[in-house]
Amino acid sequence: MAPVIEDSVVSRVLTAALRTGGDFAELFVEDRRASSARLDDGKVEELTSGRDRGAGIRVVRGETTGFAHTSDLTDAGLNAAAEAAAAAARGGGEGVREVALTSRRPERPSRAEVLPEDIPKSVKVELLKRAEDAARSEDGHIRQVAVTYGDGRRRFLVANSDGLVASEDQVRTRTSVSVVARNSDGVMQTGYETAGGTVGFEIYDKVQIEDVARMAARRAADLLKARPAPSGQVPVVLKRGGGGILFHEACGHGLESDLVGRDASVFKDKVGSQVASPLVTLVDDGSYVDEWGSYGIDDEGHAAQRNTLIEGGELTDYMWDFLRARKEGRESSGNGRRQSYQHLPMVRMTNTYVLAGDDDPEEIIRQTPYGIYCVQLGGGQVNTATGDFVFGMTEAYLIEDGVVTAPLRAANLIGNGPEVLRSIDAMGNDFETWAGTCGKDGQGVPVSSGQPTLRVASMTVGGTGVA
Amino acid sequence: MPETKVALAQVPPTGSNRADSSELLDLADRVAGWARDGEQVEAYVARGTHTSVRVFGGDVESLSSAQSEGVGIRVVAGHRQGFAYAASLDPSVVEETMAEARDNARFGEVDEWLGLAPPDGVEPVDLDLYRPELADFPTDGKVDLALEVEKATKALDPRIKGVESADYGDSRVEGAIASSLGIRIASRRTTCSIWSSALADDGSGTQTGSGYSVARTPEDLDVEKAARDAVEKATRLLGATKPPSQRLTVFLEPNISASFLGIISSVLSGMAALKGRSFLASKLGEEVAVPFFTLVDDPTNPRAWGASRFDGEGLASRRNVLIEDGVLRQFLQNTYTGRRSGLASTGNAVRGGFKGTPGVGARALSLTPGELDQPALLASIGDGLLIQSVTGMHSGVNTTTGDFSVGIQGLMVRNGEIAEPVREATVASTLPRMMNEIVAVGGDIEWLPGGAAGLTLAIGDITLSGS
Repeated sequence: MAPVIEDSVVSRVLTAALRTGGDFAELFVEDRRASSARLDDGKVEELTSGRDRGAGIRVVRGETTGFAHTSDLTDAGLNAAAEAAAAAARGGGEGVREVALTSRRPERPSRAEVLPEDIPKSVKVELLKRAEDAARSEDGHIRQVAVTYGDGRRRFLVANSDGLVASEDQVRTRTSVSVVARNSDGVMQTGYETAGGTVGFEIYDKVQIEDVARMAARRAADLLKARPAPSGQVPVVLKRGGGGILFHEACGHGLESDLVGRDASVFKDKVGSQVASPLVTLVDDGSYVDEWGSYGIDDEGHAAQRNTLIEGGELTDYMWDFLRARKEGRESSGNGRRQSYQHLPMVRMTNTYVLAGDDDPEEIIRQTPYGIYCVQLGGGQVNTATGDFVFGMTEAYLIEDGVVTAPLRAANLIGNGPEVLRSIDAMGNDFETWAGTCGKDGQGVPVSSGQPTLRVASMTVGGTGVA
Repeated sequence: MPETKVALAQVPPTGSNRADSSELLDLADRVAGWARDGEQVEAYVARGTHTSVRVFGGDVESLSSAQSEGVGIRVVAGHRQGFAYAASLDPSVVEETMAEARDNARFGEVDEWLGLAPPDGVEPVDLDLYRPELADFPTDGKVDLALEVEKATKALDPRIKGVESADYGDSRVEGAIASSLGIRIASRRTTCSIWSSALADDGSGTQTGSGYSVARTPEDLDVEKAARDAVEKATRLLGATKPPSQRLTVFLEPNISASFLGIISSVLSGMAALKGRSFLASKLGEEVAVPFFTLVDDPTNPRAWGASRFDGEGLASRRNVLIEDGVLRQFLQNTYTGRRSGLASTGNAVRGGFKGTPGVGARALSLTPGELDQPALLASIGDGLLIQSVTGMHSGVNTTTGDFSVGIQGLMVRNGEIAEPVREATVASTLPRMMNEIVAVGGDIEWLPGGAAGLTLAIGDITLSGS
């Protein structure tokens, strides 16, 4: 059940919010429960449970948005927040505009088959221990294992002065394993792997936690033999899944219409132009079943949808939330998201991925005389106004004469979005996704990215070795 | 056009959940009093009032008013720890949270070092961190500050083509900690800030720069400084190109060196040392940096933005010398890590809010400054690269392995003078090497938002990766 607020209260709150002449008002009520468990240093350190509940009210008048939030869900609490939001968006006029809730949609149920809240804590603890055992037995050099399990259930109701009432129940479950390996020379390396989705505890029927743990352990142990990454410009082959963040940073943020509207994107005025290699078709898809960044409706009540952003290298569209779409007289693309009721929604990515091409992934490597084979990336950052972006390689190897050879120590890669997109010269026929948290303006939301194995003809590698 | 003058009504009290700091302390005390025989209970209670204003193009884009509150409860019983939090101080919710924390403690594993902080007799210093004027400062005035900083940014230089965002933000926060071991302490603080992100373009491409001013009360904010810094940073990068790869000396600007100290402090975490996640774990008493490197954490310094009377477990803040004349003197400890290391807490328990248990960290780091201001320091060394901004700190720096690789923007330095701007490049080394390759420490020390003071810091033998 979504948070229960009576229709009559919702109407009254929205009417109050419009009292100072607002064009649009919205009530967002959220009830979130989270639980987590952490094992580190050989011990289950602690279990945490959390509860977060409240409402955010925004009032839009012209170009101005007033916003207030409260954890007090009584009639009085909601009204006070409505008054505050209305005052913040106050215009010249006063008015009475009754809000009728005319467009009611049924609650979107979670697709979770097994609610994590129904799983005994002891079972979650057992999961941690299984992961630890698997990681420690993978390699004799494993010195430290941390396993973090987390689940969250987020139910919300969103209602607005257009008469919309919609609600949703989102369940997410995730486990991450991070490992430290050390050899007799005192060299240390780290390895990380995670598995999660907009799913319930049934994820552990499909994903073996031991496999996730072994992958993290393998990564750390193999890196003990790593040499410094080269310094300078080299071709980079990104393994399927591991390199999706490239597109998230290289162009995803630059295609968010709020940044475009602020003149803070190199992709402004580029719709219809060739912005990438013809091999690139980029999609943002909030309706991707069970993915980490998926949902039924966004945090403004619009249905998640599959949006093609770049097709055959040509920029087809940006991503939109309610406010930006309204300004342009178009529909939201279902990308209006917020971290919680305490935040204003803005344009955010969901699951952003590049469609597979025709090339054999192994052939891509074979046809690379010298370069870097990047298996896992650790995160990235972009300046959307200049297009320059970085991302960190956490598992990478040298390619020499078309063969994957020595492992490389961690380093950042740097490039310019439009240039890198144009220099993609091979696109594999495989595909995988990767789950992470995207931060923008201080708000974090779950996202995923995905891509086939592909090659960028040239990127700058920030290592200390000789290229 | 919407009016830009906006008044904001604070969300008025609507229930019994209003309290001043002493009431927060009473609530924390009441929770601590629920401890049963053989149980230790700690409550951390926090409340905040926040305003944020964002303007764009001379108009208010959004104005938010918010109150947040919550409680985090830690229970240790039989050397097992459990934790729960709730974003509400509603009595029934607090009771549920207590029950959850108690239940969670049953699932943690026995760890003989677990336990709450016993009072250690150190008297907290009095710090003047709260300005009642902030509460009375009119919202119109806050909006004006954001508008002024946007206007000033645009007016300073014809090459400024826009301001990506101009913001005002403030918060008044109160916190209290009480435990069944006799901890009982509260404090409150105010902070406010203005930010400007400038977009410069002279036909050679867009460059960005940001500036800010932080104070305890809006009267002390410096609009001119925020605008000037944003404009100078953006315009001096105009025409930036990718530099050739080379080894050189870098000069970290104060804001970058402050981040660098933050990284060093995670290496100095007693927790990281105990769990084998710090490359300095076995180096106590050894030389780990150049002889003129003395690093102190002193949250009792009222000029530090991270200053606070007490730490995350309610122990008095104190001055700790971490590295003295290049020699590693001690790690940062909280009660758990101190006890497990056979030492006392150094008063360095930190917590991110009521939603988590105390970790270990620094709050007010500073290096013993040198003699020279930045121009004199550049002149004394001659050639190198002045780093103005970095990207990918989270993806390219690993405090376990010591790997360091980040994207940079900055200015080449030739013959002691600032020369051409550069972008889309990385700098790389390792943290242990950087600590031993420090060439000079500037005298231009300033306290910056966050947990450290910055100054110009010159580090040699860095790999710059570009073309």
